[in-house]
Amino acid sequence: MFAYYLQLGLRSLRKNPLLTLLMVLAIGCGVAASMTTYSVFRATSNNPIPQKSSQLYVPQIDNWGPDSSKDNKGEPPNAMTYTDAINLMRDKRAKRQTALYPTAISIVPADASMLPFRETSYGWYADAFGMFDVPFQYGQGWTAGEDESHASVAVIGKALNEKLFNGGNSVGKNINLNGRDYRIVGVADKWNPEPVFYDVTNTNGFDDPIQVFIPFTRAVELKTPTSGNNNCNHDPGKGWDEWIRSECVWLGFWAELPTKAEADAYRQYLNGYSAEQQRAGRFRWAPNTRLRNVVEWLDYQKVVPQEAKVSLMVSLGFLLICLVNTVGLLLAKFMRRSSEIGVRRALGATRKEIYIQFLIEAAAIGLAGGVVGLLLTGLGVMGVSLVFEPDIAKLATLDVSLVLLTVLVAILATVLAAFYPTWRAAQVQPAWQLKSN
Amino acid sequence: MLQIKPILAALKRHKAGTVLIALQIALTLAIVCNALFIISQRLDRVHRPTGLVESDLMAIQNRFVGTEENNAAPLIKADLVALRQLPGVQDVVAINSYPLRGGGWSTGVRTDVDAKDSKAHTTQYFGDEHTLASMGVRLVEGRNFRSDEIVEADPQAIPDPAAIIVSKALADKMYPDGHALGKTLYIGDSKKPSTIVGIVERLQVPWNGTWSDSFYENSLIQPVQLTSAFTNYLIRAKPGQLGDVLKAAPAALVKVNRMRVIPSDRGVRTFAEVREHAYKGDRGMAILMGVVCLVLLGITAAGIVGLTSFWVGQRRKQIGVRRALGATKHDILSYFLTENLLIGVAGVVIGALLAIAMNLWLVTQYEMARLSVPYVLVGVAALLLLGQGATLAPAMRASRVSPVEATRSV
Repeated sequence: MFAYYLQLGLRSLRKNPLLTLLMVLAIGCGVAASMTTYSVFRATSNNPIPQKSSQLYVPQIDNWGPDSSKDNKGEPPNAMTYTDAINLMRDKRAKRQTALYPTAISIVPADASMLPFRETSYGWYADAFGMFDVPFQYGQGWTAGEDESHASVAVIGKALNEKLFNGGNSVGKNINLNGRDYRIVGVADKWNPEPVFYDVTNTNGFDDPIQVFIPFTRAVELKTPTSGNNNCNHDPGKGWDEWIRSECVWLGFWAELPTKAEADAYRQYLNGYSAEQQRAGRFRWAPNTRLRNVVEWLDYQKVVPQEAKVSLMVSLGFLLICLVNTVGLLLAKFMRRSSEIGVRRALGATRKEIYIQFLIEAAAIGLAGGVVGLLLTGLGVMGVSLVFEPDIAKLATLDVSLVLLTVLVAILATVLAAFYPTWRAAQVQPAWQLKSN
Repeated sequence: MLQIKPILAALKRHKAGTVLIALQIALTLAIVCNALFIISQRLDRVHRPTGLVESDLMAIQNRFVGTEENNAAPLIKADLVALRQLPGVQDVVAINSYPLRGGGWSTGVRTDVDAKDSKAHTTQYFGDEHTLASMGVRLVEGRNFRSDEIVEADPQAIPDPAAIIVSKALADKMYPDGHALGKTLYIGDSKKPSTIVGIVERLQVPWNGTWSDSFYENSLIQPVQLTSAFTNYLIRAKPGQLGDVLKAAPAALVKVNRMRVIPSDRGVRTFAEVREHAYKGDRGMAILMGVVCLVLLGITAAGIVGLTSFWVGQRRKQIGVRRALGATKHDILSYFLTENLLIGVAGVVIGALLAIAMNLWLVTQYEMARLSVPYVLVGVAALLLLGQGATLAPAMRASRVSPVEATRSV
């Protein structure tokens, strides 16, 4: 029976090619617009580290006081001072913790004929590799002991290892950073969480993967400046030493707290720490701290770009209009066949059979719309780079799940749109139709 | 127009179709109004002038390697000498940032040393006496820096300058009476005043995000040559020679000193490329919204054609009867056009309300500006015209129905 209805449906579609084409195109456009913008939205609202997103936390401490935080709805600064980061590292209240910042480092190749170049590089603590589940191709991260001794060690990324050592095992070899030698202790395998949750404030969530990691302690000792933001509420004074002792915020901080109890305890610790700073006279206000996990942090920092949200909204509206349009056209199409329905009903077709027949016809239109939508989505995904930064645009891809979703949405939406016209069709009275004609 | 009553009576028999067309017009209007508004806002931003003479301008981003971070003064000097000697170069400045670059420095400024809050926000450019000539900005009052006013400074220890040049926008903000020249400003929380020695017509800030909209023309130039290892060279070529300088300048820099990084990605750019990159998102969003509008209007028109055709087909017999009873072709045509106009008016009334509601929601959610009335009016006019246009073909077909149809049974 299904085959028969499908045949009936296809025959009716062929009988009125213009109307059919209109519906197919409308559904295709609507679905394509929604799916293209959804692909961007999906990429930017991705959970970059799902296995640990509820265990990794960003502590925030208000070191500027109510005068500054009132501009930010009472929220503390979104980065940390050197003073607080070092104190938190020293107290070691989390299972693992790290302070971090993007370092302004250039790589000087051993081959004198090659020019120096830059790669994304970070200074952080040994704990970070384990916290962030950084995979290793060769070797491993450095040790906590090397953090303490400010050792000249480095972990490099796979791409840099390809460039400098042709992808061979470079552990134990040296790399020249800013004119100084560092011993390579590990080569990180491809590690590229998107959004870049570990440093949202400096990257807005999207950047090239890190290729150089060095100990935070070594970077600070060498007065390596940050290539990220530095925010001060007052003049920090003159020179590096004054600056790192100042209330300028420029560091990221992460703590790994595997259980809720540990997170609660850490919250208390942060408040206690702030109260202690208040007693010592550094803060002249009550403790104002936050502790957000990865998902909360990405949300708070508005990683999903405004463009992605607004265009998703607009294209969902677009899809809705396409569906209203389809309802109208299907209604016209179905009601035009009132007499045919009347005859079928008079010959004994039940309402249920009419329902099935017309819904199958609608599904066929939806399928065709889905195929058109798929082609247009492909074009749309290619065109995403027109609107979004390359870092974001490259995340929007037409993968298997998006293909399936596109076709599924097209069929579902069309069948949904067909319910009212089908209901109307099924109401046709056999006797009335026969009489009037 | 006398046909309104019978039309309303007829529409009552086609409730579903009527509601669907009205709904579609309403939703389309709501989205098209907001999309048009987003487009115009983005285009306004894209067309803001920077104040620079952009045609012969290029920029090189440079970071020295293997030197102390804040000790690059002699290296920068050597670079400037080499660049200024290049044949196609008119002038060069080493500067921390420039309009539309993206990153830069910003600070608050006060006119009263005791004021707790700053009076305005501004960007800070640090450059020498070549800044104005290299950028091509126009000095409208006062004078340029003298070479003896230029000091070298570590970015972490910048002395408060005695003389500064400001943009007209900043000057007017600080001294609304229009007499800013010769007056003083306090930069950041400094206690030492800086005197305004020159005012330039216009100079944009490095950023073009919405957060900088409130101060996008507030600029301040300080006579300071930063000694940081990171710097930007802004080069103005002689007319028509930009192409040659674009190749010669980076080569000349590498020849002076190899121990530097000029990023392969966006390290050397013409200002046209800087502008293109800065406004890529705005332009893209405008294009996207434009395409959405066009397709949406097309789909709505197609929907109206489809449903009206259906109605015409359904009513052939009645039309035949009316024609037989003496209605002219024109009567039939205007019947369908009026019918569509009635539905359209209902649609645009609902649509205008929806458009405003949607905009209010966008305002609260995404910090967008309030929709202004002209956009709604343009949208209303566009949709009513679209509806009439889409009805025209089926209505013409209806008017050609012959009176003989009245006698046919099907």
